[in-house]
Amino acid sequence: MVEEALIAMTAQLARLGNPSSLHTHGRATRKTLEDAREVIAKEVGCLPSEVIFTASGTEANNTALKGLYWQGRDKGKHVVVISSIEHHAIVDPAHWLEVHEGAEIIQIPVNADGVIDLKFLTDLVATRGNEIAVISVMHANNETGVIQPIRTVVDIAGEIPVHTDAAQSFKKVPLSFAELGVYAMSLSAHKTGGPLGIGALILRRAVEIPALLHGGGQEREIRSGTLNAPAIVAFAAAAKSKYYDSAKVSALRDSFIAGITSALPEVIVNGLKADRLPGIVNITFPGTQSDTLLLLMDAQNISCSTGSACSAGVHEASHVLLAMGHNEVSAQSSLRFSFGATSTSADVDFAVSVLPDVITRGRAANLS
Amino acid sequence: MKLIAAMSGGVDSAVAAARAVEAGHDVIGVHLALSSNPQKYRSGARGCCTIEDSHDARRAADVIGIPFYIWDMAEEFHDGVVEDFLAEYAAGRTPNPCLRCNEKIKFAAVLDRARAMGFDGVVTGHYARTQISDSGKTLHRAVDHSKDQSYVLSVLTVEQIEGAIFPLGDTTKVDIRKEAEARGLAVAQKPDSHDICFVPSGDNAGWLRDRLGSEVGPIVDQNGVKIGEHKGAYTYTIGQRKGLGLTVPTADGSPRFVLKIEPVSNTVVVGAREDLAVTTMRGERAVWCGPAATDQHQRGFVQVRAHGAALPCSYFYDGNFLTAQLDEPLLGLATGQAMVIYDGDRVVGSATICETA
Repeated sequence: MVEEALIAMTAQLARLGNPSSLHTHGRATRKTLEDAREVIAKEVGCLPSEVIFTASGTEANNTALKGLYWQGRDKGKHVVVISSIEHHAIVDPAHWLEVHEGAEIIQIPVNADGVIDLKFLTDLVATRGNEIAVISVMHANNETGVIQPIRTVVDIAGEIPVHTDAAQSFKKVPLSFAELGVYAMSLSAHKTGGPLGIGALILRRAVEIPALLHGGGQEREIRSGTLNAPAIVAFAAAAKSKYYDSAKVSALRDSFIAGITSALPEVIVNGLKADRLPGIVNITFPGTQSDTLLLLMDAQNISCSTGSACSAGVHEASHVLLAMGHNEVSAQSSLRFSFGATSTSADVDFAVSVLPDVITRGRAANLS
Repeated sequence: MKLIAAMSGGVDSAVAAARAVEAGHDVIGVHLALSSNPQKYRSGARGCCTIEDSHDARRAADVIGIPFYIWDMAEEFHDGVVEDFLAEYAAGRTPNPCLRCNEKIKFAAVLDRARAMGFDGVVTGHYARTQISDSGKTLHRAVDHSKDQSYVLSVLTVEQIEGAIFPLGDTTKVDIRKEAEARGLAVAQKPDSHDICFVPSGDNAGWLRDRLGSEVGPIVDQNGVKIGEHKGAYTYTIGQRKGLGLTVPTADGSPRFVLKIEPVSNTVVVGAREDLAVTTMRGERAVWCGPAATDQHQRGFVQVRAHGAALPCSYFYDGNFLTAQLDEPLLGLATGQAMVIYDGDRVVGSATICETA
């Protein structure tokens, strides 16, 4: 967490008062919380009333996708369109809607650089637009960092509600809810230097969707439950903070790519030609298995990630890389490196210096 | 040494990893995912690769304070252990999959991968001991004979034994549970796993029937007279008495036992108890845990079941087959099981029983 968020959270933890209560303590918490809402609204380019606090980005995604689907289904629309590279927090609720709620899921393919196929979407909207309840395309991919053309998606969609999962993008690249023109957008505090366990759904005013959680009627009756004031004020403090220097992080990323590709020319930087987030690089190391590399890198105190793991913890081929045209083997040979606000050029140099040996060992282990 | 601790999520492997750390080794915990479609929870004492087990292993690694990863060995396990298990039953033999798993997964796929990554060996929670002698590192029975697992480790070659660390061999299971408790490991009282981990229902016959079919065949006596029917010869084991479903009694009312399984004709041969008696066994695919046996007859002990008795015998090896001649006859010996030769508590080697007389 960034320092401003830590200070704000600690101070708020010591204060009494349920923001829904009408007494003095309650009103005090309510005031602080609404201040936080306004801060976030300003940072994200929306109205304060459009901010709905949730317990996670996952909850925001579920609320948006299911709510917009149910709203559309009431008008006879049963198609849910998502991209083929969405986070599990969209893929899985979409699958759930298919199995339990009669939705038809259509996935928008991506090109080799990981950018969605706009022609596919245009054709789809032209032929089946009146059946589509919701289109959900992430703002930037969490594995490759590739930024998606959301504004164009909105233009193509016309009247169809568009949701975007912007958890990865907020504070990393310019992001404005109003300028994007989407109906709904998901955010997650811990991706922006805030605490774990708090997120937000930005939902256009006057769009009323069925709720997942019912109770006290908080958050426009779309998300009942006592508001987590300490986490919310910390989220706002992080959102306002200037801790993240995109230009600096981009420069570190680029020097890492230059270092790796010069030491190991055979590697593939996934999504290299696309517009990407500053802090994410996804690299395929032919002839290796990513879980072996992760272990060896971890032993050098370098944290990197593989695509994702199933519930048993087994690494699976990334559906994002598969969608970009990788096969199972090459997808399983890929690692994601993330650079943050506190990363330094010494970190980059160290990672570049240990990788060749790690790759050599990883290849040997793969052959054994 | 830099070691990989194979952690199943059970109490033994957790304590083994903890002891290895305490002995000053640089240890990393690894849980082997052996099923591509794992069950969520353990049912009773069965199975050891559910999601719950992998969480237990992770938690133990966290408490011990070592890094923890999951290695996907589902494909290797299926090809090397499950397929072999099926093929052996289909051929009328009774395999031991734990032995195959040690031979092909834990001390082959895992050890090879560990060595390639720069590790020196693999730590497991097996109850067995190793000793360094003039002829190198040797494999021995555990102090707790009731838990001794040297039988299922008898397929390890000298090179594999070199890379195997068994920290529990000097302790009884009761004391391991106490130690786990003292170390704050939540798995201290977790039930032991029994049976075959990839048959979570515990119904081996049903599991085999689902995969090998249930073609009806005859049950015959030693004269070839049909006295009953079965649904798949492979679901029977030599020496089996129960579950034959025979309605024709013997002349003297004595029970019948499975004597022979003939997979080609899908026939089960039954007969009297005394016809089960075996005094000589021959084994193929011999593995030596130290110097190989020779064609000179030597005195020793042979064990033919995981927790069976060590039977006094003389044995020799002709370069192809390992032969053991028992001092006293043994009743009911299935082919496909391992015959493991012991010199005192040292494992000399093993072979897969292919012939008995």
